Amino acid sequence: MQIQLSRLVARSLGCFAFSIAVCLSAGAQTIAITGGKVFPVSGPPIDGGTVILTNGRVAAVGANVAIPADAQRIDATGKWVTPGFINSSTQLGVIEVSQVNATRDMSARGKDNIAAAFTVWDGLNPNSVMLAPARKEGITTIVVMPSGGLVSGQAALLSLVPGTTTDMIIRAPVAMVAEIGDASSAGVSSRGELLVKLRELLEDTRFFQTRRAAYERAETRDFAASRLDLQAMIPVIEGTLPLIIAVDRASDIDAALRLAREYNLKIIIGGGAEAWMVADRLAAARVPVLTGAMNNIPGGFSALGQRQENAGLLRRAGVNVSLIGNGPGDPEAFNVRNLKQEAGNAVAYGMTWDDALRAVTLAPAEAFGVSDRVGSLQTGRDANVVIWSGDPFELSSRAERVFIRGREYPEMTRQDMLTERYKTLPNTHNMPVAR
Amino acid sequence: MRVLACLLLMGTMACATRPGPKTGTPPVSRSDSAAGVGRGGASMPNADPFPSSYVAFPGRTTLIRGVNIFTAAGPLIRNGAILLQNGKIAAVGQTVEAPADALIIDGAGKYLTPGLIDNHSHLGVYASPGGNALSDGNEATNPSTPYVWAEHSVWPQDPQFPRNLAGGVTTLQVLPGSANLIGGRSVVLKVVPSRTVQGMKFPGAKYGLKMACGENPKRVYATRGPSTRMGNVAGYRAAWIAAEGYRRKWDKWNTDHKGDAPARDLGNETLAEVLRGNILIHNHCYRADEMAQMIDIAKEFGYKIRSFHHGVEAYKLADLLAREGISGSLWSDWGSFKMEALDAVRANIALVDRAGARAIVHSDDASGSQRLTQEAAKAMAAGIAAGIPLTEEQAIKWVTINPAWSLGLDDRIGSLEAGKNADVVLWSGNPFSVYSRAEKVWVDGAMLYDRLNASQHWRTDFELGFVPLNRN
Repeated sequence: MQIQLSRLVARSLGCFAFSIAVCLSAGAQTIAITGGKVFPVSGPPIDGGTVILTNGRVAAVGANVAIPADAQRIDATGKWVTPGFINSSTQLGVIEVSQVNATRDMSARGKDNIAAAFTVWDGLNPNSVMLAPARKEGITTIVVMPSGGLVSGQAALLSLVPGTTTDMIIRAPVAMVAEIGDASSAGVSSRGELLVKLRELLEDTRFFQTRRAAYERAETRDFAASRLDLQAMIPVIEGTLPLIIAVDRASDIDAALRLAREYNLKIIIGGGAEAWMVADRLAAARVPVLTGAMNNIPGGFSALGQRQENAGLLRRAGVNVSLIGNGPGDPEAFNVRNLKQEAGNAVAYGMTWDDALRAVTLAPAEAFGVSDRVGSLQTGRDANVVIWSGDPFELSSRAERVFIRGREYPEMTRQDMLTERYKTLPNTHNMPVAR
Repeated sequence: MRVLACLLLMGTMACATRPGPKTGTPPVSRSDSAAGVGRGGASMPNADPFPSSYVAFPGRTTLIRGVNIFTAAGPLIRNGAILLQNGKIAAVGQTVEAPADALIIDGAGKYLTPGLIDNHSHLGVYASPGGNALSDGNEATNPSTPYVWAEHSVWPQDPQFPRNLAGGVTTLQVLPGSANLIGGRSVVLKVVPSRTVQGMKFPGAKYGLKMACGENPKRVYATRGPSTRMGNVAGYRAAWIAAEGYRRKWDKWNTDHKGDAPARDLGNETLAEVLRGNILIHNHCYRADEMAQMIDIAKEFGYKIRSFHHGVEAYKLADLLAREGISGSLWSDWGSFKMEALDAVRANIALVDRAGARAIVHSDDASGSQRLTQEAAKAMAAGIAAGIPLTEEQAIKWVTINPAWSLGLDDRIGSLEAGKNADVVLWSGNPFSVYSRAEKVWVDGAMLYDRLNASQHWRTDFELGFVPLNRN
């Protein structure tokens, strides 16, 4: 009896809680998704296209693709087939219940508001109940961001594949995060002083990098940051690790661009409420922007020019734009899946549909240097594929089938369980289930 | 049993005047209530010391034809027409006769809905650009502050107002925050440019009273109390006990005018008006078990709860809400940000609707309030995914006639029917589509927003110079 039950659970939950061998064998299966309207993103849409998934990778995409005899065929006629979406700025997995401190793992105290050594993914909970709803609704890749302070720490790009954090990591670190929009949270008095502090960190990192031996002999002056923070900043000043600068005001974005030029940094603008005002400069500097499309409130003196056309205007100017959700905030981790709504609104406010799809798939993959792994349906890419009932951005459309690395995980989310439990209510105050 | 409790607790007069479940009772007119009032007369029922000075903007007789109409009172009228005249809806149907001087608008391929209603807004009381200077929503100095009125915090120049109008919202209930057990009076506003809050106040609208359950009050008052949920409940009951005595004293004096008028007490004035049925209870409450307790408290003191707000667990108690005639003002998909929000499900609104309770999409958010039909669309999709059959005709009620009912204004707004206020939104496409936008918005027959006429867009004083003009 006990054995039978566990078999049943194993079958219904998928393999993630069980042996890796089971996972691998399941992933080795070949799947052919046929007849759908296929959006590879890296190329033009294919009506009635076929997508072949083998060994967790995309094996072929096209209109006339030979289907291996042993393939499991999935008829997607009338459906839309896209790469899995990438939410490129979230705190999914590092916040479970934002008002319960014990479940908040997105920030580090650091030293004097500098926490460059903080690796946010080490605190990620792959068993968070928030992951399944995101996965189920078509998000297959995320960038988990640290937040707070001047230098918040390091972000990671993760697959939402069920398993351990180790299984999930695609690139970690994928970027360093700094917040330069608010002097008080950086522990200084003004914008200019904030940049002084950031410059001091960059200078110290340079110095630390070249005088390492002297540092170890305790023959250097004191540094603004700790040893581990300086160490973590080295790839940033080498230009190999992007620095995400979270910033809204146009003048602050301009200052970030000056800083990047001065130190040869590879930067990405995060938030960027007023980025549209400096769109040409961002395009010329080839600086990607991560921004939403549902913000239009002059909600602070740093974001007076915030508007929903931001993403579309940036794209039109030639900026690589990735769409992100409503940013760190109360229901953010609950609603990672609402990325599609951002994309739809971006279209309503001037972005082309194709660019909006790109902004939730290939654009972030390129911005983070992982387009060889995710973000498009091309041979060799991870087999992250979503079959949608219709236009994925429409609120009435559903992600009917979601494949991550070639596998489906048809799990019940906690929300599904609650909905099922309370769908039929008894005539008393008793619980609807007797057990 | 309830009648008996009513007699014992309230006295016969209050019971007789308290509206029944359908609350069709019109408010007592000011002249009636003012009769024979001496000093302290504001403790009279329906006193109105800050009267609405709203005057409708000038409008033209307008015929919109060839348009798909979600009336919120029946099936979608395809390719129909509506006539707006003298601030009212003169006619709506498949074909409508229009006077020769009417402005004719061709709505081919477009949709009409009633002006949207958000019954949970903090516009004006938490105004942009934010910060302490404009943070006026929570009088968090006492766990019970029925004496504060949200309208005294509303900044009419909040740049969030014109954005809400552009999102098709024509009526808002602005509430105090949820720090307190009893947070104060709400105010119902028309989303119109005005120099004063009085100029925005919906004429004749009842006040609401904000109450809050659970985590917020016990967190805010952890050191002075209440610091527990049982402390919260003791706090509500103590307030109602005091209010009941106050009401009895004043109702007696209002009848016999014997001796000096009793001393006025601002907080009890408001609570007494709740007990008389003249102020509607809007109760922030997340958990099912707490909602059930709030219902019992309402019964103990003989008032009705008009709506539970947030109610992320309303689906667990949807049958009770239906039975008690309490609406659920809910989010489509906010959850998990605190323990009492942990059990949020996206099918909540659909499940409450299916149980026969009035389901309402509310925002509590200046951004979400601009996209109420998108929120409704998400809630509808979640319901359908959970196997609950739903139509767009049902879902449009969540953002129109149902919130209108929660404000006691369903006889004036919330549906497109002859005789109702001409609050109308013309959408570029189906309002449940993520791609559709409000194109034109009428309030009382006056076109106050026209997307195609950017030079005429309402800009608050604050925006001048500070917020760049967006004309592209």
